[in-house]
Amino acid sequence: MSIDQETVKRIAFLSRLSVDEDKIEATQDEFNKIMSWIENLNEIDTDHVEPLISVNDIQIKLRKDNVTDGNYREKILQNAPAAEYDYFAVPKVME
Amino acid sequence: MWRQKSKKMPVLKGYKMSEYVIETPKGKWEVIVGLEIHCQIISQSKIFSGASTEFGDDPNVNVSFVDAGMPGMLPTLNEHCVFQAVKTGLGLQAKINKYSEFSRKNYFYADMPTDYQITQFRYPIVGEGKVKIDLSDGSEKDIRIERMHIEQDAGKSIHDLSPTKSYIDLNRAGIGLMEIVTKPDFRAPEEAGAFLRKLRSILRYLKTCDGNMDEGSMRCDVNVSVRPFGTDELRTRCEMKNVNSVKFVMQAIENEAKRQIEQYENGLTVEQETRQFDPSTGQTKVMRKKEFAHDYRYFPEPDLPPLILSDEFIEKVRQDMVELPDAKKKRFIETLGLTAYDAMVICENQETADFFEKAAQGHDAKKVANWMMGDFFAMLNKKKCDIQNSPVSAENLGALVELISKDVISGKIAKDVFEIMSETGENPEKIVEEKGLKQVTDTSEIEKIIDQVIA
Repeated sequence: MSIDQETVKRIAFLSRLSVDEDKIEATQDEFNKIMSWIENLNEIDTDHVEPLISVNDIQIKLRKDNVTDGNYREKILQNAPAAEYDYFAVPKVME
Repeated sequence: MWRQKSKKMPVLKGYKMSEYVIETPKGKWEVIVGLEIHCQIISQSKIFSGASTEFGDDPNVNVSFVDAGMPGMLPTLNEHCVFQAVKTGLGLQAKINKYSEFSRKNYFYADMPTDYQITQFRYPIVGEGKVKIDLSDGSEKDIRIERMHIEQDAGKSIHDLSPTKSYIDLNRAGIGLMEIVTKPDFRAPEEAGAFLRKLRSILRYLKTCDGNMDEGSMRCDVNVSVRPFGTDELRTRCEMKNVNSVKFVMQAIENEAKRQIEQYENGLTVEQETRQFDPSTGQTKVMRKKEFAHDYRYFPEPDLPPLILSDEFIEKVRQDMVELPDAKKKRFIETLGLTAYDAMVICENQETADFFEKAAQGHDAKKVANWMMGDFFAMLNKKKCDIQNSPVSAENLGALVELISKDVISGKIAKDVFEIMSETGENPEKIVEEKGLKQVTDTSEIEKIIDQVIA
C-alpha cells in the first residue's frame, strides 16, 4: 500500500497539523517507509483473531455515584486562550 | 452515529397500520425511517468524573480536570451509569451484553476538549431489543432495537452572545448518555412519533432519563429514505441531526421524504448527507455532504479496560425493575376492564397511572377512568396543573365516583360537585352534605314533597 499526497494532506488536516507544500513529498516518503515496515505484519494470518484491547487482564474499576470533583472554574479557565463571561471564548463555529 | 449494516431491507410482515403512502401523479412511494436517540442518564455525577450533572448551574462550574481534557487525567467509570444502562436495556426487552468495551471516536470541535468522545463501538453494553408502539387506529407494532451503547456528552456551544465568537460551557461535557439505535422499521411519521412517546414513557418509568426533548436531555437523529411502494429496495438515506421534539421529528420525516421523492421523479439522485431540520420552516437543508463526512477513526480506549458484568449485578438491576407501561396497560384492560385507549393514555406516565390506581381503589375503575379522561384531564389542562399538584385528590375522585355509583348524586350533579372540588379541594361527601345536593330516590319521600307542593 502506498500513500499518495492527497492522503498526506488529509491526515495532516485530521491531526490539525500544518504541513508546508514543500514538505509534503518528504512526509509522503516517510509515511510510505513506515507503512512498508508495518506491512511485514501481513505475513501473519489474523483472520479470526480479535483485536487486542489490553495486555493487562484487569477488571474495570467502578466508581460510586458521588459528586467529588469540580467547582474550580478559575482553574479550568486558567489555560484558556480567551475566556469571557465565565465561558471559553473561541472563534465562531457554526455547524 | 452508527452505520446500519444490513444491505437488503425486508418488506415488513404483519403491517397493519393504515398504510402511509405518498402518492404523486407519477407513482406511489413509501418512507423508511430509523432513529438514533441520545438519552442523558440520570445520575448525580458524570459518567467518567466526579463532577456534578446539575442542569442550569453557572457556566463551567461542574467541570473537573477530566472533563476539561487536561493531560494525564484518567476516566473512571460511574457504577450507577452502568446500572442505569442495564436497567434501560431490560426496559427495551434487550439482550444485556456481559462483555462490552469503550472506544475513542475522534473528532475536532470546540465543545469537545479531549478531541475524542469516549463511546462504545464494536461491543455495546446492550444488544437487540424491541419496543411496542400504539398507533392511532388501535393497532400495535414492534419496533426493533439494534443496540444501545453508553458514552459521554459534549459541552454546550453558545453562538448568539457575540457576533464573532462562540462561548463554550463544559458543564454538560462528560454527562452520561445512552444512545439507542433502532432498526429501520418505521414506515410512517406517526410510527416514529408513537415510538418516541413510548420510549420517553419507558425511560421515565425506569427513572433512567427524564426524557425532556426541549431541554435536550433526549435528542433524536432521524434517518430517512424512500422507495417505490411495495418494493424491497434500499435507497440512499439522509440523516437529520438533533431534531428536538416529537412533532418536529414527524414533520422532518414527511418533508424529507417529499424532497427525496421529488429528486427521484425529476430524474435526480439523493446524495448521502447530513441535513438540518429548520423548525421555523419545517424544511430540511444540507449541513454536511458525504465527502466531508467525519472520519472518526475509532480505536479501543486505552484508559479503560473492558466492562464485564456479573450475573449478580444484572440480577440486582432486575430486582429494581418496575411495572412498565405495556404491562400496566395490559393489567388495567384485563383486570380493571378499561378500554385499550383509556389504558394507553392513563399509563403513558407513571404519576397518572398511580393516581388512577389510587382513585380506583375500591371503586368502579371504569367509571374512574371515564372521569379522568373527561372532566379531570380537562380541569388539569385548564388550570395548567400537573397531576401531582391536582386540587382534586385521587381519594376524592374515587369518593365522587362512589357517590354516583350508590345513586347518592346524579351524574349531572356530580359535574357541579367536581367543579367545586377543583376550586376548593374539599371532599365530595362534605360538599354534597353542605349544599344539600343529595338525590332523593325513595319514592315515598318524593310523594311527600309533591303533596307539600300541591297543598
